[in-house]
Formats: sequence, C-alpha cells, structure tokens
Amino acid sequence: MTTRIGVVTFPGTLDDQDSLRAVRIAGAEPVSLWHRDKDLHQVDAVILAGGFSYGDYLRAGAISRFSPVMATIIEQAKAGLPVLGICNGFQILTEAHLLPGAMLRNNNLHFICRDQKLRVENADTAWTSAYTAGQEISVPLKNVDGRYTADERTLDELEAEGRVAFRYADVNLNGSLRDIAGITNAAGNVVGLMPHPEHAVDPLVGTGRTDGLGIFTSIIKKLVTA
Amino acid sequence: MSLDTVKHAAETPDAGQPWKELGLKEDEYARIREILGRRPTGAELAMYSVMWSEHCSYKSSKVHLKQFGEKVPANDAMLVGIGENAGVVDVGQGYAVTFKVESHNHPSYIEPYQGAATGVGGIVRDILAMGARPVAVVDPLRFGAADHPDTRRVLPGVVAGIGGYGNCLGLPNIGGEVVFDACYQGNPLVNAGCIGVMKHEDIHLAQASGPGNKVILYGARTGGDGIGGVSVLASETFESTGPAKRPAVQVGDPFQEKLLIECTLEIFKEKLVAGIQDLGGAGLSCATSELASAGSGGMRVELDTVPLRDSSLSPEEILMSESQERMCAIVEPQHVDRFMEICEKWDVIATVIGEVTEGTQLEIFWHGEQIVDVPPRSVAHEGPTYQRPYARPSWQDALQADDAGELARPASGAELREQVLKLVSSPNQASKSWITDQYDRFVQGNTVLAMPEDAGMVRIDEESNLGVAMATDGNGRYAKLDPYTGAQLALAESYRNVAATGAKPLAISDCLNFGSPEDPDVMWQFAEATRGLADGCLELGTPVTGGNVSLYNQTGETAIHPTPVVAVLGVIDDVTRRTPVAFAEEGQLLYLLGDTREEFGGSAWSEVIHQHLGGMPPKVDLGREKLLGEILISASRDGMIDAAHDLSDGGLIQAVTESCLRGGKGARLVVPDGLDAFTFLFSESAGRAVVSIPRSEELRFNDMCGARGLPAVRIGVVDGEEIEIQGEFSIPLSELRTAHEGTLEGLFA
Repeated sequence: MTTRIGVVTFPGTLDDQDSLRAVRIAGAEPVSLWHRDKDLHQVDAVILAGGFSYGDYLRAGAISRFSPVMATIIEQAKAGLPVLGICNGFQILTEAHLLPGAMLRNNNLHFICRDQKLRVENADTAWTSAYTAGQEISVPLKNVDGRYTADERTLDELEAEGRVAFRYADVNLNGSLRDIAGITNAAGNVVGLMPHPEHAVDPLVGTGRTDGLGIFTSIIKKLVTA
Repeated sequence: MSLDTVKHAAETPDAGQPWKELGLKEDEYARIREILGRRPTGAELAMYSVMWSEHCSYKSSKVHLKQFGEKVPANDAMLVGIGENAGVVDVGQGYAVTFKVESHNHPSYIEPYQGAATGVGGIVRDILAMGARPVAVVDPLRFGAADHPDTRRVLPGVVAGIGGYGNCLGLPNIGGEVVFDACYQGNPLVNAGCIGVMKHEDIHLAQASGPGNKVILYGARTGGDGIGGVSVLASETFESTGPAKRPAVQVGDPFQEKLLIECTLEIFKEKLVAGIQDLGGAGLSCATSELASAGSGGMRVELDTVPLRDSSLSPEEILMSESQERMCAIVEPQHVDRFMEICEKWDVIATVIGEVTEGTQLEIFWHGEQIVDVPPRSVAHEGPTYQRPYARPSWQDALQADDAGELARPASGAELREQVLKLVSSPNQASKSWITDQYDRFVQGNTVLAMPEDAGMVRIDEESNLGVAMATDGNGRYAKLDPYTGAQLALAESYRNVAATGAKPLAISDCLNFGSPEDPDVMWQFAEATRGLADGCLELGTPVTGGNVSLYNQTGETAIHPTPVVAVLGVIDDVTRRTPVAFAEEGQLLYLLGDTREEFGGSAWSEVIHQHLGGMPPKVDLGREKLLGEILISASRDGMIDAAHDLSDGGLIQAVTESCLRGGKGARLVVPDGLDAFTFLFSESAGRAVVSIPRSEELRFNDMCGARGLPAVRIGVVDGEEIEIQGEFSIPLSELRTAHEGTLEGLFA
C-alpha cells in the first residue's frame, strides 16, 4: 500500500503545492487537506506547509491553530501521528503547543530569502532518519518571523533531551536562540523546521540542490517499515 | 446634503460643480454636459473625472501609443493585443502567457510601503482578470541618489512593501532592476510586472454582454481609501507645498488578495464567468463603465448594495474608491449560486450589485433613485484626446555635443584597477542582493532562474519542462541623451537578456515613465521614445502587447530622465537547457561576442568616475541583436555554452565580475587585438555578450559564429581566484566580492 501524506491548506498557505510535489518526488501519495475539514482522509502523516496563513494577522499561526483540521491533528499527533511543520507550519505547531517556544520577528526586521546551511543534530526523529547526526545540508530559508525563542529552562531541556533537530550552521540571520532551526517533540513524531526542505528536492529549481529530500524519504521509510 | 439625482440635475442646470477640484479642464466639463445634454450629477462627474484623468484615459499619450498598433510585426504568437487588461501570447503546447508592467510611482513616493504593495496587488489582479494563474512578479525600481537622506525613507519602504505584499501572495519575485539617479529624487519609479499562465481556451475578456447576466462585486469591502487617487495623484505634478495627500494612497491586504486569487481561479476552472474585470485605478467607475462599454452597453447597478467598510461613504465616494482586492464579474444567472458557493469556501464576500440590460446606458441607482445615466463608452473609451505640442529641447544639441569620449581616461594598469573597483562597488553596479533577498524567489517551486541572472525564468509545465523568461530594462541616462535610441537600447538590452538565458523573445510590455506632458520638451522625449520603441519592435519582431504610461513624474520644472522600461517575454521549450550567468567550470574558454567600439556616452564609467552625462548613447543595430540572440539560443539548446552574460551598463568588466562572483571562479583575460584595455573593459557598445565555452565545443561554436557572421573573439579562460587582465592588473575575487556586495547593505541596512 502506498504511503499517504497529507498537506494542509489554510487560507493564506503558500507552499502547499511545493510540499505536495516533494511528497510525490519522494515516492509517496500526496493528499490535499482543507482547513475546514476535520477528516484527515486516512493519511499516514501530515505536513503543515509554509506561507502566511490568515495573513499572519494577530500572530503567525495564532488563528490557524484553531481551525477544524487542527483539532484532529493535535489529537492524533499526541497519539503518534507524524506531523511536520515547515516555516508557518512550525509557527502553527508552537501556537498549538505541540512544540515548545515561539517565533519572533527576525533580528534584522526584514524578510530573509537565502540558501541556508543547516546541521542535522538529531537523525532519530520520524522526519530526519535519512540523515546522519552532524551532517550539513543546504535548503532555502525564507521568513520574516523566524527567530526561535523559548525560556532558558525549555532550551536546556531541549538540548538535554536531544530535541534540537536542526541548527543554523553558517550564519543565523534570524537570530534564533542557540542557533535553533528546528526541534522535535519528545516522541520524535512532531518536528518543526523554519527553512524549507520542500524547495530543495529538484536540482532544476530553487537553489539547485536536493538536500531537503531526506526529510520526505525519512518519513516514507519509517511508515513503510513500521 | 440631498442626493443629486439625474432628475435633480436636469432641473438645476446652473448648479455649480467642483469639476476643477476633480482635475477636469473647462472644455472637458463642457464636453460632459454636451454628451449628457444636461449637467452631470455629482456621481457622473466623479466617474468622468477619474476616467478622463491622464492615468485612465491616456489622453496625452494615446496619439503616440497608436503606433504600437500600427507598426505590428508579423508574429503569430499574439492572441490578445493592446486594450485588454493585459496582452496574451501563445507559448506553445496549448499554453498562453499574459504579462504586463505597470507603474505605481506617485503613491510610492507619498507612502512607500503601501504604494509599492498595492502596485504589486494591482498588476497581479490585471493578470488574474485575463483568466491566468499569476506565476511570477518582477519589480523595476528607480530611486534618487543612493546617499540622499530621503532615499533612506523611500527605498526601505518600497522594498518592504513589495516583499510584504508579494511574499504573502506566494508569487516568486524573479527579476527587475534597481537604479539610483538624482533625477528620481522626488519621483521614484516603482514599476511592477507580473506573468500569468493559462490554457488557450481559458482566456477571459473584460466585457459585459448578455442581458439578464448578473454583475457581481467580490473581494474586499469598499472603504474610503484611495478616493481620487487617480485624478489627484497620478495626473498632477507634486508641488513642494500643499496639503498632505496620504489619504489618497490605497492600503493593501495581501491575505485578501491571496484568497481572491485562489477563489477566482476556482471560478475560472468551473467556467462560471462571462466577463471579468479587476478594480484598480478609478475603482467601480472604471470596472462598470469598461465592462459595459466593451459589451453590449447596457448595465444597471444598485450602488447601495455594495458592501462597505465605512457606512458613511457617499455614492460618489463609493464610485471613486480605490479600495484594493476587489473584482467584478459578469455571471449568467444559472451560475450565480455556484459562484457564491466558491466565494464562501474562500471566505470572500460576493454581492450581486446589478445586471446587464437590453439598453445602451450605464444606469446606477442609490436606494431606488437614479444617480447615473450615461453612455458607458463616453466614460471608458471616448475620453479626451490631446495633441500636446512637442519640440526638440533647446538643450539637446549641447548635451549631445558634450562627448564622453573626451573625458580623462585611466593612464595605467593601477588606475584601471582602481576604477574597476570603484565601478563595481558603485550603487548602480553593486550587487542588489540586499534588496532581492527580501523577496521570496522560491515559492511555487518552479523558479529556474531569478535575480541576479540576466532574466528570470519559471517552468510552466512539469512534464514537458516548457518555461518562460522575462527581463526588464531601461536606461534613463541613454534616453536623456537620445530618447529614440534610448528606448531602442532598453528594448535591445531586455531582448538580449532573455536570449542570454536561452529563451526565445516573443513579445514585450512597456512602462513609459516621463515628466509632464504639458512641457513640450517632455512631450518630444515621449514622442521620440514611443517612435523608437515601435520601430524597434517592428524590426525585432516582438509586438507590444500592452503596458502603461506614467506622466507627471516631475517636481516643479524638473522632469525625471525619460525612462521607458521594457519587459521582454521569452519562451524556452526545455528549461533544463537554460543558460545561467555563473562561470562555474575552471578551464572553460571565455568569448566576447559582438563589436566593441569606443562608446562611453551615458555609460556607468562616465557616471561613476566623472559624474558626467553627455554625448551620444551607444549605437543600436537591431539586426545584430537578433543575430546575437539566435546564436545564444542555438548555443544553449545545443549545449555549446555553459554560461552567458549580456554586456550593458558597466561594460565587459561588470559582466565578468558578476559571472565570476556568481560562480566562485576567477578569470584570466587578454585584451584582444585592436582594442585598448580601457575600451575593452568599460565600453558599453550594444549587441554584445560574454560566454563560457567547454573546450570541446570551441570549434563547433566558432564555426557557427563564423557561418552566421557574428564576431566572436576569445578573450580568456575561467581560472583561479582572481580576475586578471594580462599585462594590466589583477584583483582577488575576495576583494571584488567585498566591493560589490557590501554597498547597499552599508547604505540601507
């Protein structure tokens, strides 16, 4: 049976088509999920794609987190459903308290679009097993509210439990605390990542690299062997 | 105040009216009275005033613009020409592409963020209204002197506005330009372009026909923003004193626009509309009159049904409001329910505000009382036409006689080296990444090339790898020296940029930015530039599909440089064959294509080193441009070249610097026989490019150029960590990178 991976479209989601394409390139069946629909249509994993859901009004992710589809996702994520939040998706996951911390406006106050070097810190999550710990990859970063922040205790806890999944490797223009680019929950099924692996799956477009593909092959491998 | 109904207007012929305050001239007001056979109502006056403004009616420019429709090259790619929201060209495989460049200059000076943001929003809706999915945007920008304090106010606001709006729409920003010149100090140029893709059968036109069809307004509610924006802002010169005009600038909501895009595309997919028009300048006045005028003529609108953000708005204000993110659709009655369902799905407000009627009049009612009864053509398509007087400026000869060839030239290798560093670090020649890195160029996952490549390129079919490319160019310094040649140089450069990526140029859109049409000097520049562009397009075989004119770009008596910006659209059958600018392969051979002459008039060198503008711009040879384009396209398709960069402002050394830095590889160059090092490095002769060739392809490439008669000379090799001009000087890449990439950040961060 093919692996089905859902990608949620909220009003204002922008990178949903890219995520669906990345799922397809990685070899799974992409499934579009609609924010008003509580039904996840038997998907095996869910991606919350990037963009500006609800225009980022109020706070990035703050409104989407209350949409009908999120009620189901929050419930099932707690029961082990693999969930990946990319950029705005990561922001939604923190707003939904599936991941700790919050995003602030970038240090330089500007939108930043660049090819970003990352270090994979935890290669044991549902979404990172295709990498090796310490591996460096390059994927596009593009955001304006990308400065990861949390209180010291939470940060220490994340570090101690190996829950920092990705760190900025060359520069950290967002100004994220401890260079954090992505984190995982304790169970390893929920991962949030600020940069965009779905834009690094095809050598023809984006930055010309395929370093992001591992995210998608990781989850497929896990679901197939599970 | 009581309602000024049609009946009331007929009964009170002598009531005073504020036609002057609304920007109408006395004879224009008299003509309105003649058309209607009575005085206009307040609402009618509002409509005529905005629709007959320079911005909407092209009253000063249209006698010149008609050349674009007369000098049409034989080109079977055109599907829809000038006059619609945007032109449409056939790109093969059943696909059609629509594209256009527009200006949002005046609003962006007053309120940089919102002015630039709504400029993006407006052009995207234009493209959407043709039935196309917008796939990319570009932004040609002109600012005052880079070190002027006001540029620090305008530029960051404009860049943040373009980014804030465009990034939130999910459209990759793939190109454009950034130019600094003191002439734009009080009149920055914020042009915005958009490309949209559709299948041939999905083309939609702005027309209302079929009596009984419903007129549906959908999108944002109508508010008090942008009222009179068109007549007040776009059609009058800024005075240094006078009331603040900020309330006339519209405020954008990109989130609403994103919903509008997705909602409209779904509506198109189900073929639910008979006609569609976006609401931009002149708002409902424009949309209703243009739709009715292009259709059978009759339309009845109940204006009080328009959803409002501010319930105190008068009918005149509702008609003139330029609130953003609104569209107007003509829908057959049986499709209305489904139309409404789709709008509901996307949380977009939609309201039936009227219907197409049997008659020939546009009739607008306010709570049952008629306030507008006009022939729509007289509002939308039969505005005034002016034969503005024009004459070659008295200073033109002296300017052209002030030959840049007489300027002091560098006398030694050391001096050349110093001037190269000065050039590549000057604001106009420096890297623009500080700006373009604030735009999302990756979204939608189809961006094959983006800034700083010669042209932006997006894939439009994932199966076949069909793609389109677009470049925008315009050099106001050249156009000031000679507007006819300057316009052709803008066309030639944009054409060359598209060809350099391997795409075949198909058609153009233009944004013509000039000073006041009431100044005969400016009108001469405009007449010359349009003539040059029309002649050029005829020769190159690239029709003008549409565009925009922005006049009154001047402060007091001082006009901007005439600045025709040309956007060339090209098609490439297989985007995997695209040619980037980066010199990435060590050992590859560098060839200079075309003829290099001593041409320094209007050059970057004359500006940076001597702060000079005079003489003649480079000569144009469009036959040569065409040949160069064919060679670049063939070489790309057949895999003979791995990189290509067009030569334009800054000359060869600018292009080589950019290509080396992009690829992270150095170059060793030799000055070819017959040229001196200075001319070799800094001349801006047109019709040239530099290419990087694998050694195995050298023979084949040379044979092709020889057979076709294109001069091609080997000038060096990709090698090492520096750019070396043999016998003259060398500069390490790290030093060039610091010089080239640090400038804008230093000025604006």
